Amino acid sequence: MKALGIIFSNIHNETIDELTRKRTSASIPFGGRYRLIDFALSNLVNADVVNVGILAQKNYQSLMDHLGSGKDWDLSRKNGGLVVFPPFGSYKSDILYSSRLEALVSIRGYIEKAKEEMVVLMDCDSANVIDLSDVFEFHQFHQADMTLLYRHGKCDSDLVSNMDFTMNEEGRIIKADLKSKRGKITNTFMNVCVINRRLLQGLLEDAISQGLESFHRDIIFGNIKSLKIYGYAHQGIYLHVNTMENYFKCSMALLDKETRESLFGVKNHRVYTKVRDSSPTRYGFQATIENSFIADGCEIEGTVINSILFRGVKVGKGTIVKNSILMQDTITGNNVALNYVVTDKNVTIRDRNHLSGCEKIPYYLGKNTMV
Amino acid sequence: MYSQKKCVAMLLAGGQGSRLYALTSKVAKPAVSFGAKYRIIDFTLSNCVNSNIDTVGVLTQYQPLLLNEYIGNGQPWDLDRTFGGVHILPPYQAKTGSEWYKGTANAIYQNISFIENYDPDHVLILSGDHIYKMDYNKMLHDHIQNNADCTIAVLEVPMEEASRFGIMNTNEENLITEFEEKPKHPKSNKASMGIYIFKKEKLFQYLREDALDPTSQNDFGKNIIPTMLAKKEKMVAYPFKGYWKDVGTIKSLWEANQDLIGENPAFDIYNPFWKIHSRNMGIEPQYIAKGAVLENSLVTDGAKIEGTVINSIIGSNVRIAKGAIVKDSVIFADTVIGENASVNYSIIDEKVVIGKQAVIGMPKADDVEIAVIGRDVVVEDEAVVLAGANVEENVYKVRGE
Repeated sequence: MKALGIIFSNIHNETIDELTRKRTSASIPFGGRYRLIDFALSNLVNADVVNVGILAQKNYQSLMDHLGSGKDWDLSRKNGGLVVFPPFGSYKSDILYSSRLEALVSIRGYIEKAKEEMVVLMDCDSANVIDLSDVFEFHQFHQADMTLLYRHGKCDSDLVSNMDFTMNEEGRIIKADLKSKRGKITNTFMNVCVINRRLLQGLLEDAISQGLESFHRDIIFGNIKSLKIYGYAHQGIYLHVNTMENYFKCSMALLDKETRESLFGVKNHRVYTKVRDSSPTRYGFQATIENSFIADGCEIEGTVINSILFRGVKVGKGTIVKNSILMQDTITGNNVALNYVVTDKNVTIRDRNHLSGCEKIPYYLGKNTMV
Repeated sequence: MYSQKKCVAMLLAGGQGSRLYALTSKVAKPAVSFGAKYRIIDFTLSNCVNSNIDTVGVLTQYQPLLLNEYIGNGQPWDLDRTFGGVHILPPYQAKTGSEWYKGTANAIYQNISFIENYDPDHVLILSGDHIYKMDYNKMLHDHIQNNADCTIAVLEVPMEEASRFGIMNTNEENLITEFEEKPKHPKSNKASMGIYIFKKEKLFQYLREDALDPTSQNDFGKNIIPTMLAKKEKMVAYPFKGYWKDVGTIKSLWEANQDLIGENPAFDIYNPFWKIHSRNMGIEPQYIAKGAVLENSLVTDGAKIEGTVINSIIGSNVRIAKGAIVKDSVIFADTVIGENASVNYSIIDEKVVIGKQAVIGMPKADDVEIAVIGRDVVVEDEAVVLAGANVEENVYKVRGE
């Protein structure tokens, strides 16, 4: 009961427009049977964080449906457990909050009432394994006010809008930039932050009285000198999902054994998700499978190569699925050919259709479409 | 406040299942794995929930630890209820003494007060070792319509097999006139499925009488049903059509697993309106490597397949290494099949390690027996396990003199 978890479910909606048209970025399906929020929740639960608030702002139906009472993450508790916060709109204006800071202000009662010493703030923009108990230890060892997780490495285009930090030898952040420079070696902020709860309360009060808007600019950047802000280098896997292109790239990375093991095979770290009681996957007499990641409940009669199949996918006879991601309950008829295709939930592709995209721009079919 | 349930189910799960040999040396039969991600008891429990029966007593006795843990609070079957739900009922110590469950009827007799707690009008008796999908609610409806004292589900079996079952002889109105346990010359082919619905009062009356009889074997098939027939109670057969399999032997367990695959599987587990629930945790999806061959098989979460799998059922987290061949076999969860090992016509239990180049069983043919390897067994590299073997201890390679 050291820390309270707070997850922002909507923050990255605009960047990956196709997949978030009908859902929050937290509920983007990933890796055959997961949603991005599963990785954040599992990180929390594996570090004994049992009090988790989720900030939902828009189109959060699929998120609510996925979370249910939270029992699949062991978060259906008598005290604490999972709480989802729909936006709190006042009756005078119908404007929703638009930033992390405003969202936090809207739940400051929840933060005040909590008994935990620390608060973990997380976005849902990646699949990762973070040992948060180690982060808590680091935070307390340094008697830090705030600890920010960063990833050290070459900055690709997907991370340019994240903050970049410079640390002294002790790990304290002495300089920060609001953007990271592409192509440079950077210490890019992963949008995971541990902060002392009492301090957060105070900062939120200040934010209200001063009309502050941005957590990153006003709270972190503005307090580099005045607060003890430390950087914690993340060592494990970090699959950053914020565009269609890197959604595809990160998904396909799961076909690599090392990536898979570092996401799912970490000792004492389980990735929890909603259990759907699917039947086992059935392979027919003509099935040919090569290098693919396949969830339960599929029925496969055709050929599947270098692909990721979510639960309940059907692949018809003579059908060839290559380099594709087929989400939950996608049904393909007979003699269909797919190459570099991403289908959303409940897509039906009738017999003899040939669809193809390319690696940089996979062909995307929206939820419930029929071809 | 007074509450009542219409029907309470009592699920007999205490039998050893000795004819499953190595598979039940450490677990009770209902807890034996089935169909890659299920356990045998899942089918009966799922039937209960899908039939709107929300109060189930599970009677355990033999090796109950795994079964108890598996059932837990019943949440995977939606049986965690505030009033009702699933309850494990082991034998217990009473003021008058304590005794094991001496037979199926005695097990229910010892738990009369559990049933009384819900004050049902009817009691459904089930066994935890059959694979089938059945709407008990329809049977209950008929039972009430007929005003029967006891309704027994029957299945028409091929006449030549009838002598292996308890056979119900009925008249035109499906009233049971005679019951014969494993008759040499069966008069009908209506086999009892071991599913009974009793009026509660009648059941209690006969259980109490039975308990006073020192010569009785306290068994439903042998004592309660014949006595009720002799006393001319109204007993009705409920004809069931569909798939039903008693998985009490190695052969029948293997066959039932095979019934899940094939061109048109004999038993369908894909019906979204009759889901089979099971306790499963979020394990990552299965990974099929390049070079793997999969044909007519059932594979579940967490499996990693690099070898060849044909006509087989593969449980969760099973690893099949490169060059290994698994054919006509059933592999339970967490087992590892080493490189170039060959597994034919076998059932391999949970957490088994099969070494490299090991050979298990023989290719399926008419007179070949199924090889069985029990839980936690390690089979050394290059070791050989013959067809029909029943292995409970580690197996080593036979070394030359």
